[in-house]
Amino acid sequence: MAKQYETVIGLEVHVELATKTKIFCGCSTAFGGAPNTHTCPVCTGMPGSLPVLNKQVVEYAVAVGLATNCTITQYCKFDRKNYFYPDNPQNYQISQLYLPICRNGHVEIETENGKKSVGIHEIHMEEDAGKLIHDEWEDCSLVDYNRSGVPLIEIVSEPDMRSAEEVIAYLEKLRMTIQYLGASDCKLNEGSMRADVNISVREVGAKEFGTRTEMKNLNSFRAIQHAIEGERERQIELLESGKEVIQETRRWDDAKEYSYAMRSKEDAQDYRYFPDPDLVPVFISDEWIAKIKENQPEFREKKMVRYKEEYDIPEYDIGIITDSKHMADIFEETVAICKQPKKVSNWLMGETLRLLKEKSMDPEDILFSPENLAKLIALVDSKAINSSVAKEVFEVMFAQNVDPEKYVEEKGLKTVNDEGALRKTVEEVIAANPQSVEDYRNGKEKAIGFLVGQTMKAMKGKADPGMVNQLLKELL
Amino acid sequence: MEDILSLSAVELSAAIKEGKTTAVEAMQAVLSKIEEVEKEINAYVTIDKEGALKKAEEVQKKIEAGELSGPLAGVPVAIKDNMCTEGVLTTCSSKILNNFIPTFSAEAVINLEKAGVVMIGKTNMDEFAMGSTTETSAYGVTKNPRNTEHVPGGSSGGSAAAVAANECFFALGSDTGGSIRQPASYCGVVGLKPTYGTVSRYGLIAYGSSLDQIGPITKNVADCATVLEVITSYDKKDSTSIDRKDTDFTSALVDDVKGMRIGIPRDYFGEGLDEEVKNAVLAAAKEFEKKGAIVEEFDLSLVSYAIPTYYTIAAAEASSNLERFDGIKYGYRAADAEGLHNMYKKTRSEGFGPEVKRRIMLGSFVLSSGYYDAYYLKALRVKAMIRKAFDEAFEKYDIILGPVAPTTAPKLGQSLSDPIKMYLGDIYTISANLAGIPGISLPCGKDANGLPIGMQMLANSFEEKKLIQAAYTYEKGTV
Repeated sequence: MAKQYETVIGLEVHVELATKTKIFCGCSTAFGGAPNTHTCPVCTGMPGSLPVLNKQVVEYAVAVGLATNCTITQYCKFDRKNYFYPDNPQNYQISQLYLPICRNGHVEIETENGKKSVGIHEIHMEEDAGKLIHDEWEDCSLVDYNRSGVPLIEIVSEPDMRSAEEVIAYLEKLRMTIQYLGASDCKLNEGSMRADVNISVREVGAKEFGTRTEMKNLNSFRAIQHAIEGERERQIELLESGKEVIQETRRWDDAKEYSYAMRSKEDAQDYRYFPDPDLVPVFISDEWIAKIKENQPEFREKKMVRYKEEYDIPEYDIGIITDSKHMADIFEETVAICKQPKKVSNWLMGETLRLLKEKSMDPEDILFSPENLAKLIALVDSKAINSSVAKEVFEVMFAQNVDPEKYVEEKGLKTVNDEGALRKTVEEVIAANPQSVEDYRNGKEKAIGFLVGQTMKAMKGKADPGMVNQLLKELL
Repeated sequence: MEDILSLSAVELSAAIKEGKTTAVEAMQAVLSKIEEVEKEINAYVTIDKEGALKKAEEVQKKIEAGELSGPLAGVPVAIKDNMCTEGVLTTCSSKILNNFIPTFSAEAVINLEKAGVVMIGKTNMDEFAMGSTTETSAYGVTKNPRNTEHVPGGSSGGSAAAVAANECFFALGSDTGGSIRQPASYCGVVGLKPTYGTVSRYGLIAYGSSLDQIGPITKNVADCATVLEVITSYDKKDSTSIDRKDTDFTSALVDDVKGMRIGIPRDYFGEGLDEEVKNAVLAAAKEFEKKGAIVEEFDLSLVSYAIPTYYTIAAAEASSNLERFDGIKYGYRAADAEGLHNMYKKTRSEGFGPEVKRRIMLGSFVLSSGYYDAYYLKALRVKAMIRKAFDEAFEKYDIILGPVAPTTAPKLGQSLSDPIKMYLGDIYTISANLAGIPGISLPCGKDANGLPIGMQMLANSFEEKKLIQAAYTYEKGTV
């Protein structure tokens, strides 16, 4: 009988923090921008420049640590990791090795077999590097230091995961938690969340871990899933054919769905870590931790329970809405204004999800304000617009966050409730469609639908269909 | 005004304000002195003649308009070439920065500018401040103005020589293991290394970040206190900067040491100390006693551990600090290198001199995996113990008095062939950097060849005023 193998997976997750300025200088962290415009002597490694720690980075790191049940290192330090590469202007990265800010945490994930705890070995703070651009035409390389010094945390898990599904559940859990904290938008495709995956296989029941490889360049959940499955197969094949797995770093090529070795353990660099003498130790007091704890948001689990008690909406809706902190915020704020949870939920579950999918956007990207959604609901409630006009208005609001009241006014989309004007149009429609009128009179109930449609068309949609129906029946 | 160059910095500024001379006249006097002696001395790497004269004119107008009234307004200064100066070449006396023009000025330089001090140029030094003779510079050796067959000391040798040769009225140096105090001693001028964190390191091109401090090199103690007062500032751009309240250093210019407790560490007067230096320093101790100070000998522990501890920590930090000089962003880049790795290798091989390479290798070694605990970490522990030994000594004494260096200035060309011997010459000065405490060097006589001898006084952290008061009192009694 063939041997049964178990996959053992640990993750190193880099998360770009949502601070306005960089970790050691006052430069903007805004994405984009012309090359080397968000830079200064500090983040370009000019001689004589010195780093000064951004306090917000510590707060975010502590917040993530508390949310993942870590112990906070109250006396922590920064270390220099020395290696030469042009995207790293000082040729050392300021990171944490000896005293990382958070240690010994865990998060709970849902798996096929129920709840499971994934251990977090540590979380440390560090700076991002710049970006190299290779110009094939000019045969030269250029460097952009806009990203240099953008704050990151690296979350190192224990090797507690056993399948790609567990890895994705863990990443989703981290992403949700960090998004709820507002510490990062955690977008894999934009690189604000990056995962390096350590994988080994061993026979089921074995006590020792197998030799692991580290997989880099995984930019989507899909890539992570495929890379794990591919690497598991590769390692099992090696072992089955009597060969050994070599400890190495591999790079995933998503287009080819294939990984190749980047460097082996023998080429591993000696980073010569030592405490950065330009920075003073960070002391995180009990009071500071208590304050950060106090400011923690209501996390998803609690929110779901509360929604169930407070709002009369289906559990499925609650799941979707609370999946994104941003969407949940919009929901709660809109309900606070209009007091109609069911209608708010319908707009989010229906049109909002449809448009997000159509435009390949994340719930985090939703632009419209709760005030405007509440106004739209009020317009429909008061019959100022009908539901098809409302959908039209919503689409514009979704794209540009327009004020629906003003928009309806400006575009003249208000339902015509003036009976005289409507009656006149209905009379014209009856006169113009004798065949349908006859059909109706001959008992073809359906014919009235056509006449309603013609009236609505003539009214350019700005009529209340119920009222049109009523008038038609009366006049026929 | 005649003999303008014999004035101290404070006297010059007063004369300018009184209308006896002008900032421009002072600058012209300095520039013609430079013209006369610089070929022989080589104290400067860069002389910004045009800029200096233009700036002197501007400052003169402001003084006349009453906009500048500080005690150093109008005074020409020389800046060590490891401090960034906006728009002016800054080389660290290294080939690797042979074309580096900073976009900003060091905080200490800005503080001087605000006070109306006018920069003449940038002074020569040991390459990246690594050396004790100013012979490791890529821009030629500097000679000792007291006797040009001898070195001026280092690494701030250009600054000390410029002050001694009247090529400026005062200078800024930096001190990582004695680089202000030792050249001041060799050149017969006053030099002070402040408490770590007193003067901002922003814009100082780092050698050993946890040890580096900028400080004054001056003609006398009054200038020293005045310059220190002007360059001291709390700077949020430097995380190690300290917000001090007691920075009115000139208030300590008091001629009185009655009751002051002065300790003389026996360990500083043992083997290796030149007899003439020993006698001069002990004679100075007698002077203090005569003026009412209580002088006694004591045992300062751990003295022999200072040198290995210092060279481990300073080299480790330097190996990392100097990584940024890679030919990518600024400075020298080797021509015709094939590929990134070779470009790095060739640039750094050609750009750094032998002493810098030696310390980079030493520092890389002590930080490497498997050796970190045995060397670097142990050195940090010894550093903490040395700090403790000083804490204990300062419970008993206000001041620790000793020599600055084992000998007077050696002859040119004698030191570099034996680096260990050169390192041992730092024995009396490096402890102050390891402990973070302030130290002053001031002249206390001459040897048989007429070379200056310096004495060093150390005080506890934040007690520069004690050093200034004692030094001022000694100077009053002898000059």
